[in-house]
Amino acid sequence: MSSILTGNGWLQLALSMAVMLACVIPLGGYMAKVFQGQKNLMSPILGWLERLLYKACGIDPDTDMDWKTYAMAVLLFSAVSFLLLYVMLLCQKLLPLNPQAVPGMTPDQAFNTSVSFLTNTNWQSYAGEAAMSYFLQMVGLTVQNFFSPAVGLAVMVALIRGLTRKQSGGIGNFWTDMIRANLYILLPLSLILAVILGSQGVVQTFAPSISAHGLQGANQLLAVGPVASQEAIKMLGTNGGGFFNANSAHPFENPTPLTNFLEVMALLLIPAACCHTFGVMVGDRRQGFAILAAMTIIFVPLMVFGTVMEQGGNPHFAALHIDQTASALQAGGNMEGKETRFGIVSSTFFAAATTAVSCGAVNAMHDSFTPMGGFVPLLLMKFGEVIYGGAGAGLYGMLIFVILTVFIAGLMVGRTPEYLGKKIQAFEIKMASVAMLAPCVFILIGTAVAVMTKAGQAGIFNPGAQGFSEVLYAFTSATNNNGSAFAGLSANTPFYNTALGICMLAGRFFIIIPVLAIAGSLAAKKTVPVSAGTLPTHNGLFVATLIGIVVIVGVLTYAPTLALGPVVEHFNMRP
Amino acid sequence: MNTHVQKTGLLDGADLGSVLKTTFLRLNPVYQLRNPVMFLVFVGSIVTTGIFAVMVVRPGALIGGGQPLWFVGLITFWLWFTLLFANFAEAIAEGKGKAQADSLKKARRDVLAKKLAKASDRDKFTTVPANSLRKGDIVVISAGDFVPTDGQVIEGVASVDESAVTGESAPVIRESGGDRDAVTGGTRVLSDWLVVRVTSDPGESFLDRMIGLVESAKRQKTPNEIALSILLAALTIIFLLVCATLLPYSLFSVTRAGSGMVITITVLVALLVCLIPTTIGGLLSAIGISGMQRLIRANVIATSGRAVEAAGDVNVLLLDKTGTITFGNRQAVEFFPAPGVTQQQLAEAAELSSLADETPEGRSIVTLARRLFSLPEKAASSLDATFIPFSADQRVSGIVIKERHIMKGAGDAIGKLVGLKGGVVPAEVTTQVEDIARKGGTPLMVAENSQVLGVVYLKDIVKPDIKQRLAELRKMGIKSVMITGDNPLTAAAIASEAGVDDFVAQATPETKLKYIRQMQEGGELVAMVGDGTNDAPALAQSDVAVAMNSGTQAAKEAGNMVDLDSDPTKLIEIVEIGKQLLMTRGALTTFSIANDLAKYFAIIPAAFATTYPVLGALNVMGLKSPQSAILAAVIFNALIIIALIPLALKGVKYRAEPAAKMLSRNMFVYGLGGIIAPFIGIKLIDMGLAAIGLA
Repeated sequence: MSSILTGNGWLQLALSMAVMLACVIPLGGYMAKVFQGQKNLMSPILGWLERLLYKACGIDPDTDMDWKTYAMAVLLFSAVSFLLLYVMLLCQKLLPLNPQAVPGMTPDQAFNTSVSFLTNTNWQSYAGEAAMSYFLQMVGLTVQNFFSPAVGLAVMVALIRGLTRKQSGGIGNFWTDMIRANLYILLPLSLILAVILGSQGVVQTFAPSISAHGLQGANQLLAVGPVASQEAIKMLGTNGGGFFNANSAHPFENPTPLTNFLEVMALLLIPAACCHTFGVMVGDRRQGFAILAAMTIIFVPLMVFGTVMEQGGNPHFAALHIDQTASALQAGGNMEGKETRFGIVSSTFFAAATTAVSCGAVNAMHDSFTPMGGFVPLLLMKFGEVIYGGAGAGLYGMLIFVILTVFIAGLMVGRTPEYLGKKIQAFEIKMASVAMLAPCVFILIGTAVAVMTKAGQAGIFNPGAQGFSEVLYAFTSATNNNGSAFAGLSANTPFYNTALGICMLAGRFFIIIPVLAIAGSLAAKKTVPVSAGTLPTHNGLFVATLIGIVVIVGVLTYAPTLALGPVVEHFNMRP
Repeated sequence: MNTHVQKTGLLDGADLGSVLKTTFLRLNPVYQLRNPVMFLVFVGSIVTTGIFAVMVVRPGALIGGGQPLWFVGLITFWLWFTLLFANFAEAIAEGKGKAQADSLKKARRDVLAKKLAKASDRDKFTTVPANSLRKGDIVVISAGDFVPTDGQVIEGVASVDESAVTGESAPVIRESGGDRDAVTGGTRVLSDWLVVRVTSDPGESFLDRMIGLVESAKRQKTPNEIALSILLAALTIIFLLVCATLLPYSLFSVTRAGSGMVITITVLVALLVCLIPTTIGGLLSAIGISGMQRLIRANVIATSGRAVEAAGDVNVLLLDKTGTITFGNRQAVEFFPAPGVTQQQLAEAAELSSLADETPEGRSIVTLARRLFSLPEKAASSLDATFIPFSADQRVSGIVIKERHIMKGAGDAIGKLVGLKGGVVPAEVTTQVEDIARKGGTPLMVAENSQVLGVVYLKDIVKPDIKQRLAELRKMGIKSVMITGDNPLTAAAIASEAGVDDFVAQATPETKLKYIRQMQEGGELVAMVGDGTNDAPALAQSDVAVAMNSGTQAAKEAGNMVDLDSDPTKLIEIVEIGKQLLMTRGALTTFSIANDLAKYFAIIPAAFATTYPVLGALNVMGLKSPQSAILAAVIFNALIIIALIPLALKGVKYRAEPAAKMLSRNMFVYGLGGIIAPFIGIKLIDMGLAAIGLA
């Protein structure tokens, strides 16, 4: 049994990390300029459009909102998004661009799907090619693929403003933030990526499915559609909802190792850059780098661990003397559920990245990973999608952990805890507790209900610990707004559609609202000047403490469930 | 450093009998509800007691889940002990407070007060009980009477024994009009009489407040304590969910695995109690109570716990120069004679002119002259001389012995006087005067008739240890600011000698107030010490304001703390106590959470031993049996509360050092220590259990 990565494997991992980190400073700085309304690279090209949009929508870009107004705007916007998408899904049949004549969805699935896309989860209880018309893919889903990460970015920027403003009532203007996020960040990046993806063979057409003669001689219907345009924002916006059911494992979504590399970079790009945006906006880049460091230090070992476990292969196969060694001719390791054009390393890196970032796109089937290989994506999600996390959402989630860390660590230096000069008091702790508690409540209770009820058990096909892992994965993925699936679970039932839909809503808004409340409360406070008695929040010690808190909260909360799922499976598999 | 804090034992005056009684009485559910963490332990204990009872009555009952009776019994026993230990910690902290309160209560006798109808007529009074006095009433207190309640002297001078409140046995002078016009209820007038206006309503006096502070009944949670309680409650809810959902997970796993037993309620309760932050939850109020007690032991009374916490946050400290940074009075250090005059001539003249001068400065001149030139002792009365006292309008004082008119005073005043008599001030002397002023000293010119003899250098003596203390403050990140009425030149010289970070010269009540507001605008938290009525506005504006007990009533009311020793450097100690309070909370919270890791490793493999025997691989401690593992975790969890009571009462050691260093040390001790300690502890207890056959 070979468990050691090849030099090529290490090179791939190192290169991926290096490219991602290299993009952080330019993109993060650019985003900071965009959100602060400063002149930036794109303003000569897009400035007029921004001003036109404000005029057309009747927005005064400089009108500040207090946190309650901001939160109401977020909720209102999301509610309208939901209604539009929900109605479109139900009446799909009446809408244009439907060459396959796809029928409307059932109400429960339409509820699940619209919630899924507006919360940036992109959990899919449907198969894209079978259940979705081109119109819905473009006007329904892709629109939300732009809007939902923009909402995340807007909330993040509002929180940053809370930290930087002094005795202020406002935390910015939601509509301005939304327009800027879409216009300057998501649209240009998507355009570039879509063109490159198209050049690599990702399809982009309105033509109906193609009937082709397969290798086995049978006729096959090949689904096509406007994929490239959706694929770009699916990754960049940390959405993850595939055009096809097979998601990024499908050759029309992700045809080559190059597209795979670009896609995985695209999904990491914005969440990682947000750290630097934060550093620039608070006027101390070290603060942003400290957070980025904490995320990276959690991510890299887990990603490497997962890769090593997968490359190690299946012990049962080893017992049968099946060669699982990596060589020039084969990827080696546990290739079940993986694409041969990607091999082990590109699949496990993708799996770790897509779950660390709350993207949820997959290029391999996580269900087929070895127990410990599957443990990595599960654990990364359980950390609350803060290891890079969703666009904007990852950073504001991480800042909740920073607040908790500062509170505990700050006490230990004998001062009322403060972060960036803002005192962390009962209100902030109350809100941070709500944000920390909400995912636990919905994951744990959701899973319990599912394994205890007939409706829940009906969807579980696999035996024992694996079946448990699948349910747990589904609720974790939905609540943390990830959207990836462990498969093996039949989730298109009224029970799962409804339960997971509720979890997605809770996981999104029970964090956004407390985050905005914290932003409002912090904005109203004075800023305490830094002194020798101030707890430094940019050095190695603080990063270590932050990592400790994220890991301890995650592990303590989910240790029993992880033990009953992947850990049991892992030990069961050992000979 | 904490010279006022006496070394104390664990019990320290608390009565063990009543502590134990309180420990058990606190099992009252209504009381337990106040602390959600411990309430959950309480509920858990009742549940396992119920299970135990059912199992005794009907052996093999389903609810027992096949666990042996002794196991359920022992778990129940230790759960109750967890609760009792937490109660004990609180009771012991309160017991200490009660001991303090009782001695204070002795001072609050039910004395009778002589209430006056009119302040002007001291002889017409009615005798009323002290507790019927209200704000604004006027009373007369004669020699031998107890002061009925807090008040402000409006007439008279008297020596007062304040030992009942301050512990200081030497009597103090209280008089109207000055900076010593405050009297405290419970103290006793020793001589003369005072007419006092009552300044507090019944139950609100100083003594009442003090008693209220040490008795926890009136103790309110401080803001930081509230924030921490919220966090602990959130963690508790998470662990409650973790444990509650484990039952369905276990049921499902057993069904699917087709083997093993469902996790029992007893084990779930044990797991829950081990996971929730019982260590900090059980010790939280003890930490708060003992923090207040440390303050009281330092002879400081705070109006609220909030103020103590704020003290830990202070980043600017306003210190009065006089009495805090320098000894209260200036002292003569050198004689600078004019040209043609010997030093001894100057010294003798200066000594003569100061013989009748009872100010500390005058006395220091006499002492210095006698020491330098071994002048004979002579009493002022033995000379046939007329003394000219200091007058505000001439600003000189002196002596007339026959023809010799010897005068001393400020340079310009003496110059004017000499000029009238036809003399001039030599240029060398003028230079010397300016020189001394620049060095921060006070030049005093001495002249005999029309001749200027020279200059006496009076120096503000900076307290020897103040520089080091200020340096410590700087290390803690606290900026010190000296407040003085001196001119900027003098102030700058003393500031640099004492090592303060900034100073406010020629300070008036308005400039002080302005300075504080300016600091607060910039986000600083300001602390100050004051005693005079003119300090009151600045005290009221400060975030932490310590009034001297010797000060005026106005100052005491404006402050949120009163220092009974009237020691201006006490503020530094108060800051330390505030910081210690927060640090202790932080350290125990970290320790409590870090402990959970080992407990999982003990309990999870044990709880699922029958369903998934493979999980035995997680039993890294090599615990003997599932029962002994769970029991060991529960016992450890209970014992750690007892083990940490001394730490909670004494507080985590505070050292003046930068925050980063402090964090790394505390993280190492309580974070890393908190992860490792239970692995060792649980293993040892497990070995013990195995040794006595309970495995």
